Amino acid sequence: MSAHQSSTLPQHPEKATLEGRNKFLGLWFFLAGETALFATLFGVYLGLRNSNAGGPTAQELFSLPLVFVMTIILLVSSMTSVLAIMAMRRKDMKGLLRWFIVTVILGLAFLGLEIYEFIEYTHEGHQFTKSAFASAFYTLLGTHGAHVAFGCGWITTLVIRNFNRPLDTYIAPKFYLASLYWHFIDVVWIFIFSLVYLLGVIG
Amino acid sequence: MRFIPASVFALLLFVLTGCGEENLTVLRPKGTGSNISFDMMMLSISIMIIVFIVVAVIYTYVIIKYRKRRGEEDIIPEQVEGNSTLEIIWTAIPILLLTILAIPTVLATFTLAAEEPKEDEEVLKIQVTAYQYWWDFNYPDLGFNTAQDLYIPVGEKVYFELTSKDVIHSFWIPSLSGKMDTNPGLKNTMWIEAKEPGVYKGKCAELCGPSHALMDFKVIALEKDEFEAWANKMKNAQPKPKTEVAKAGEEIFKQNCISCHAVAGEGGNIGPNLTDFGNRKTLAGFIDMTDEKIAQWIKDPQSLKPANNMPAFKDQLSDEEVDALVEYLKSLKVN
Amino acid sequence: MATHTEKLALSHKQRSGLWDWLTTVDHKKIGIMYFVAGLFFFIVAGLEAILIRIQLMFPEFDFVSAQTFNELVTMHGTTMLFLAAMPIFFGLMNAIVPLQIGARDVAFPFLNSLGFWLFLFGGILLNLSWFLGGAPDAGWTAYAPLSTEYSASHGLDFYALGLQISGFGTLMAGINFLVTIINMRAPGMSFMRMPMFTWTTFVTSALILFAFPPLTIGFFLLMFDRLFGSNFFVADAGGNVIIWEHIFWIFGHPEVYILILPAFGILSEVIPTFAKKRLFGYSAMVFATALIAFLGFMVWAHHMFTTGLGPIANSIFSVATMTIAIPTGVKIFNWLFTMWGGQIRFPTANLFAVAFIPSFLIGGMTGVMLSVAPADYQYHDTYFVVAHFHYVILGGSVFGIFAGIYFWWPRMFNKMLNETLGKWHFWLFFIGYHLTFFPMHFLGLMGMPRRVFTFLEGQQLELGNFISSIGSYLMGLGTIVFAINIVVSMAKKEVAAYDPWDGRTIDWAIPIPTPSYNFAQLPLVKGLDAFWIEKMNGNKTMTPAEPLDDIHMPNGSILPVIMALLLSVAALGFIYDSLFFAIGGLAAFFFCMILRSVIDDHGYYIKKEELAPVVDKGGKA
Repeated sequence: MSAHQSSTLPQHPEKATLEGRNKFLGLWFFLAGETALFATLFGVYLGLRNSNAGGPTAQELFSLPLVFVMTIILLVSSMTSVLAIMAMRRKDMKGLLRWFIVTVILGLAFLGLEIYEFIEYTHEGHQFTKSAFASAFYTLLGTHGAHVAFGCGWITTLVIRNFNRPLDTYIAPKFYLASLYWHFIDVVWIFIFSLVYLLGVIG
Repeated sequence: MRFIPASVFALLLFVLTGCGEENLTVLRPKGTGSNISFDMMMLSISIMIIVFIVVAVIYTYVIIKYRKRRGEEDIIPEQVEGNSTLEIIWTAIPILLLTILAIPTVLATFTLAAEEPKEDEEVLKIQVTAYQYWWDFNYPDLGFNTAQDLYIPVGEKVYFELTSKDVIHSFWIPSLSGKMDTNPGLKNTMWIEAKEPGVYKGKCAELCGPSHALMDFKVIALEKDEFEAWANKMKNAQPKPKTEVAKAGEEIFKQNCISCHAVAGEGGNIGPNLTDFGNRKTLAGFIDMTDEKIAQWIKDPQSLKPANNMPAFKDQLSDEEVDALVEYLKSLKVN
Repeated sequence: MATHTEKLALSHKQRSGLWDWLTTVDHKKIGIMYFVAGLFFFIVAGLEAILIRIQLMFPEFDFVSAQTFNELVTMHGTTMLFLAAMPIFFGLMNAIVPLQIGARDVAFPFLNSLGFWLFLFGGILLNLSWFLGGAPDAGWTAYAPLSTEYSASHGLDFYALGLQISGFGTLMAGINFLVTIINMRAPGMSFMRMPMFTWTTFVTSALILFAFPPLTIGFFLLMFDRLFGSNFFVADAGGNVIIWEHIFWIFGHPEVYILILPAFGILSEVIPTFAKKRLFGYSAMVFATALIAFLGFMVWAHHMFTTGLGPIANSIFSVATMTIAIPTGVKIFNWLFTMWGGQIRFPTANLFAVAFIPSFLIGGMTGVMLSVAPADYQYHDTYFVVAHFHYVILGGSVFGIFAGIYFWWPRMFNKMLNETLGKWHFWLFFIGYHLTFFPMHFLGLMGMPRRVFTFLEGQQLELGNFISSIGSYLMGLGTIVFAINIVVSMAKKEVAAYDPWDGRTIDWAIPIPTPSYNFAQLPLVKGLDAFWIEKMNGNKTMTPAEPLDDIHMPNGSILPVIMALLLSVAALGFIYDSLFFAIGGLAAFFFCMILRSVIDDHGYYIKKEELAPVVDKGGKA
């Protein structure tokens, strides 16, 4: 339960305390619950994806090139969060912070592109209140986007707060949890890319 | 002390063996479907009673025999960990009992499932549409609509298509068949076969608003020839008001009511079809057909059926006009 | 110089009265608060039930209007399940599970507090609807589109948002118990040495983790259709009302196992204790618990047999539902054989526990009857179903709750409940319960649907309804006696004796009153029923597993109360179309999360000199 300084920092500082181990397990369980959450949203979407009520269909609408770029951005952001944790293992606090900042920038870029995409779709008649398909689409992707935004806010908070503090067993779990969360929303995006965009375009 | 609950049950069983109202109760099935349901009920309760008796015997024995008696405060019984044989027995026997239940269950489920009638099959088809708080019955192959009172022939499978125009309701005639929900925007199918003629009570079985409890309807099962005669009369129905008052009522009806209520093929379908209104068993599905009640209904429908969608006419029509309407409506009989 | 120094502060200032309760993160106090709030809502929902039964005492009675009746049945069910039964179980879990596993608190004390306040504010928000234009009126199941396009008042907005907030609290509690039980068991307590109540808490928490997220989505869809014009359940725009049914019941069926498994756990503590025998077939009981939970996710569409899913779906769900009877039956037999050969005493706790068995059994029997889809076509949405679920919930969950309350009262409140009043409570409630719900089986079979504000004369439904209403008044009387018992017992000065029931598990090996840190030294667990083992070896207390040392305790915080309040304000903002309060409330809530993250919280230490009583190495107090 006591913290260690950088020189005496254990190899896995995020699990060196009971509190750290509890948080680690707690976040994994939380992610399990989030899986059930997104699974429900996917179920709703898959049930309603053909209910476009005269509005544009998935095939007419989806812009795969843009979505591909968004996917790459998010995947790279996941990789940079891994690099951040690898820095943590090397007890390199500056490296940890640096790579997390890159992660957030990429996350924000993803969100920017997604907002642009949505605006384009609404101009083409794909609006939340117009059909069940649209309602389901925006709710699924919007929930994912909200999770990305929350993750950006979380990591930003951690970076700013701990900018001038040395790495220790109190701070390490906080960053580790944020990276786990970030990986999770990346995995959710892979499912969205497959079950919404690819499935929508292929039919 | 334990015998109190047993005697309470016995008393209740004795008192309640009335079994319920004829032509409403599930326990005296009069249709093919309700008979299958009843048989499955009897099978399941028989199996369950076996289980209950076994448990009850062990339970009663245990709580009497092993009750701590005075002077036995310090006895510490043998701490038994368990018994694998017993675990196997009370796992295997229930599995066996449930298998005995499961196989007929699956068979009966498929038996009761509705198949779309084939092209050449001569099957009476009825389309049921549920509304807050009434039932529309359309006979597409015979070419007419009716409401609230559903006529079917006895001794043949009638095929139903069910939907709703507003919220989810459920179409239930306990004597004849299990229920089927009516879902807005979707179509369900079922078949019903009445085994004997009679007037059966129908109920809505899904909460649909304040008057859910009052959304009753009737099913009138007639012998085949009588049914065909009725159907013919419905197809060729013409309102024939005889008295002056009734004729006056017909005029009032055409000005105030026809936009929502159709009679003999003319009029709107926002409210129940009134073609054979004079022959209806009840008003609005559950009210006695008296002049006073019909008049009250026209003047203030919500006073009898809360939150229903018919507007009140007490400010638009005088009492004489309402009475004329009542005369006219009572004259709407197909025979 | 170091950023993370141990705070070797002296014991923190003792917080006083109300502020202590508002800021506490102590699982024992949070348990009491859950319990008190749950009991309050139990009485509210019970009153709603009495009003329902008065209305149904006579045919075509007009004690309440049809609209009010629909609000009463909705709120009765919603309040009982979400705001009474579950919170009382959480109260017992909070108060007892850390003690049963030899821990000093749960894994996330702050989250524990936040979970409680979210539950409370969500429940208050829901009940505000009574005073703000009408309560929700579409049943606790809120089927669309009755609940979306056809319900004019704000009642269902309060339903969706109030329960959403409460639900977040429930999820937090679930995660908390999962991590606590995995990570914080005392030395020697392997999984197969955990008390059954802890096991059922563990499995229930897993159910919560997977069942509540679908409900969360369901409430969002409901909220979006009602407030933001989405089309999930609008048939004309391509929506599908059956989706609500699926989502609701994917939650709803595991929910009923969330409601019964803790009661099973309580039974597995009470029956062995008062029979003076260890639980028969412990491993089978653990396995059966896990199997019930797993199967509980496979059967949801048995609530939808009449929806029109088709014979293949109906058959699969019929057979799957039947299988749950098997592990449940295993449990009943194991309880019976625990009592076999025992020395059974019958304090009130055991009266409720023993009465559970035949009562829950009847409910289980009608459950198997309901699982038969062709039969369910008749039973569905009638009083037969109402009879079934009240039999299992009252005869199961509520009897279990009362057994647990009488059993653990001395642990939680340092006093004993009065036994004479307890027996009056039991008999009035037990007889009332059977009188109320047994006739309902017949009413359903005689053609009486559910959720009907009245029934017509001349359909032979009069006698059954009349008897049922009388029975409900008896249950009301029994509950009043229970309330009197609580008041009378708490007014007494007498503190309960140490280990008043001759308990078997280590939660009884702690002094009464319970110290704030639970265990001066974490105990060494030598087997199942660890306290019993020590007693059989001649010890009055547990052998310690560690030397006496300073004890690390978590700090309290006012943030949970504030956060719950802010979320409720945001909810009101959404309901009444105030962007300022809606967005503002949410923003302030997230700001509190930031505060929680950035403000270091290392807790404080209780010095070993302050620990009482002092326990020497021999392990004797």
